[in-house]
Amino acid sequence: MPELAENIPPTATAALGPALLERLRAICGSEHVLTESIQLRTYESDGLLQYRVTPGAVVLPGSAGEVRDVVRACSDAGVAWVARGAGSGLSGGALPVAEGVLIAVTRMRRVLEVDLDNGRIVVEPGVTNTEVSLAVAPTHFYPPDPSSQIVCSIGGNVAENSGGAHCFKYGFTTNYVTGLDVVLADGQVVELGGRELDMPGYDLLGAFVGSEGTLGICTRITLRVVPVPETVKTMVAFFTGTGQAGETVSEIVSGGVVPGAIEMMDNLTIQAAEQAVGAGFPTDAGAALIVELDGSLAECDACFDDVVAICERNGATSIRIAEDDVERALIWRTRKAAFAAMGRLAPNYYVQDGVIPRTKLPEVLARIAALSEEYGMRVANVFHAGDGNLHPLVLYDGEEQAERAEELAGMIVKACVDAGGSITGEHGVGVDKKHYMPSMFDEPDLAAFQHLRCAFDPRGLANPGKVMPTPRLCGEVPGPYRVHPLERDGIAERF
Amino acid sequence: MRSQTPETAEDAAALLRACAADGIGVRIAGAGTKPWGSPGVECGLELRTVALDDVVEHNVGDFTAVVQPGVSLRELDELFAGSGQMLALDAPYGDGDGATLGGAVATGDSGPLRHRYGAARDLVLGITVALSDGSLARAGGKVIKNVAGYDLAKLYSGSFGTLGLITEIAVRLHPRPPATATATGRTDEPAILQRAAIALSSSSPEAQALDVRWEAQSGCILARFAGIAAVAQATAAERVLAQLGVDAAATEDDGELWAHQRAAQRSADGGAVVRVSGRPTRLAEACVAAQIAGATLVGRAALGLWWIGLPAAAPGELVTAIARLRKVLAPSPCVVLDAPAPVRAHLDPWDHVEDPGVVLMRRVKQRFDPTRTCNPGIYVGGI
Repeated sequence: MPELAENIPPTATAALGPALLERLRAICGSEHVLTESIQLRTYESDGLLQYRVTPGAVVLPGSAGEVRDVVRACSDAGVAWVARGAGSGLSGGALPVAEGVLIAVTRMRRVLEVDLDNGRIVVEPGVTNTEVSLAVAPTHFYPPDPSSQIVCSIGGNVAENSGGAHCFKYGFTTNYVTGLDVVLADGQVVELGGRELDMPGYDLLGAFVGSEGTLGICTRITLRVVPVPETVKTMVAFFTGTGQAGETVSEIVSGGVVPGAIEMMDNLTIQAAEQAVGAGFPTDAGAALIVELDGSLAECDACFDDVVAICERNGATSIRIAEDDVERALIWRTRKAAFAAMGRLAPNYYVQDGVIPRTKLPEVLARIAALSEEYGMRVANVFHAGDGNLHPLVLYDGEEQAERAEELAGMIVKACVDAGGSITGEHGVGVDKKHYMPSMFDEPDLAAFQHLRCAFDPRGLANPGKVMPTPRLCGEVPGPYRVHPLERDGIAERF
Repeated sequence: MRSQTPETAEDAAALLRACAADGIGVRIAGAGTKPWGSPGVECGLELRTVALDDVVEHNVGDFTAVVQPGVSLRELDELFAGSGQMLALDAPYGDGDGATLGGAVATGDSGPLRHRYGAARDLVLGITVALSDGSLARAGGKVIKNVAGYDLAKLYSGSFGTLGLITEIAVRLHPRPPATATATGRTDEPAILQRAAIALSSSSPEAQALDVRWEAQSGCILARFAGIAAVAQATAAERVLAQLGVDAAATEDDGELWAHQRAAQRSADGGAVVRVSGRPTRLAEACVAAQIAGATLVGRAALGLWWIGLPAAAPGELVTAIARLRKVLAPSPCVVLDAPAPVRAHLDPWDHVEDPGVVLMRRVKQRFDPTRTCNPGIYVGGI
């Protein structure tokens, strides 16, 4: 499965040369331009270790102005670049381009402004997700909470439209970004949105969030933050099987309760997470359902009893209600440890990220179980159950099984699409899933995506080779014929 | 101008392609309740979406629906209510049969429920559009969580049909709360109103809607709570408001109050409505500006969005009043929505600044509609 540089389709861009390197050093200082192979190795993968590409250079700009100048220098040289936050992404979205420049925003970690009266915070892209909530605590918080929130950067969250356990009620990154300063691939700086809502014109902000670094790089991010709920009540119910747990989810949601979070773990996941955290989850339980209600005290109290009754009616074998913040944190630590804990069950695992309409849960779980048996590989399941976002983890042993594991993971994605769902709920397409795009989108759909890409980055310099299933170049916009730069350089024929 | 009402998405796409080939501009309209934007370039064809009127799917258990653009918001509300659900897009219906879903999404219109549930952009899960090259393109999906491909649904929300015709919309639905109750606080002091609005925005109880109003030298804040504990929450908010120095009350019979808020987002004949993208910390200024103009202000307290309704007047007087509002409230954009045609012709309804963002918008338009077939000239910066 390791996919090395030579397997990544080439792009019609130039290679990094000494002149550009010199310019990058002049912009950022030579200590912030990495070119030694030992230094570059750190950056050859993001959180998805199956793919590795060594970039030509890594630059670590310290300000928005430096980012702009770096991008401008790359543009002048026709060299492709990739933006990188903390490198914790799970779809290879920050995989470097060989001979290209990797722009890591990890030095840009300032909180620029906190404006709670207007419900806003302004940050640089390298600030971590957790730091945003800390900066507005204790009265406010920032709801999107990916499991990697301690390390992942807000810039990366914007690129991936990150989700998390609390999305079902609170929404995703895209529902919280109100303004961005973006450096386009030609070095032009544009302000999308602002601190205010409904700025006149196209919602380019909405188009940019989740564009996986292919439309530009953001240098300043304005986020909406919200008051912390008056109360939070968390419980975990255990069932003999995922069927009962799934039925419980349906009943809770269709009854009109919108939990702050509702998460399901199957038996394998419980075993792994329990070994890692030791929270006292029964390892023989078929499923664990974490339900968290938050909001007004009166509303939560009223709904909580309903939720407990629904769990009992659906055959919960035991129910544990968090008595304090410590116990609540323990329950969440167990859930958020699920991915990392898989190492205790198998030497390797492959994380899948698919979405289904929630009512299709029983049939898709049955399909996953059948596939698991067919392939002779264990699949652990952990889901954001409210929004139907599945994270099956395919467990395998060693490189020789890797290909089959990936094939099995691919069959699971296909099952999600067949059920009317999506190939990715929060990890992104990146390089990892671009070949699944045609299973969800037809040629006219992809052509429309390309229209957007070409409006922002006609030369394809920003994160080329991601998202779109096959490399494509931008045609000229109609009007007087102008020589395309690629054509002028003899790289491409008239297209 | 000819008028056509295609009955299928394919027919609509073919019409657009034919017009693009002939160099004919197409004016796209739903129920025609929102003749907003610049007058634009004269068009040869009006394409009405009212025959694209199917509810394609209502997935009750999944809280989603797939709807064609010509279905009215009123009809959708009745349909989803039958299953104890709602589409949380309560933009004013306007005249006649009332606004269509397609029109509300294309104009990015919204109502008080935006406080809790977001705007059209936040409720639309996926979209199918007919482009002027005759293709039908889909983006997003019909599940509530999905990051595959570019989020064109957001690009098309609020694009005023200038990038193509929306032919299908997948939306997220929410449970319809069993009960509501509203706390109100009245004051004649703009500064006190602002302080109360900010205090309530930052306090914990989760309002379903949180609005402000300024009318006839008097202001009001309205906090609506929904759910089985609605009355208890409204009572708690009433206590908070009383401590903030406003004349506080609470009621379960709150339908009229909110109908009034929504209605004030539209103008009486001959008047104008200006939508201000402001900040909660400038509410008092906006109230004073509205009062000086003899206007009514309604809006979302925590979101900083206000609709200022100017009473009917001669076009010249409206133009002057709008210019004054813009001057006082700058740099907050003041977009003119409802206004007599001569007013919209005389000023830039969009109040936009010519910056690199507008240049990028033109590039987007050029890629999606290179023949400038769809609603030419009505949008920001002459798009």
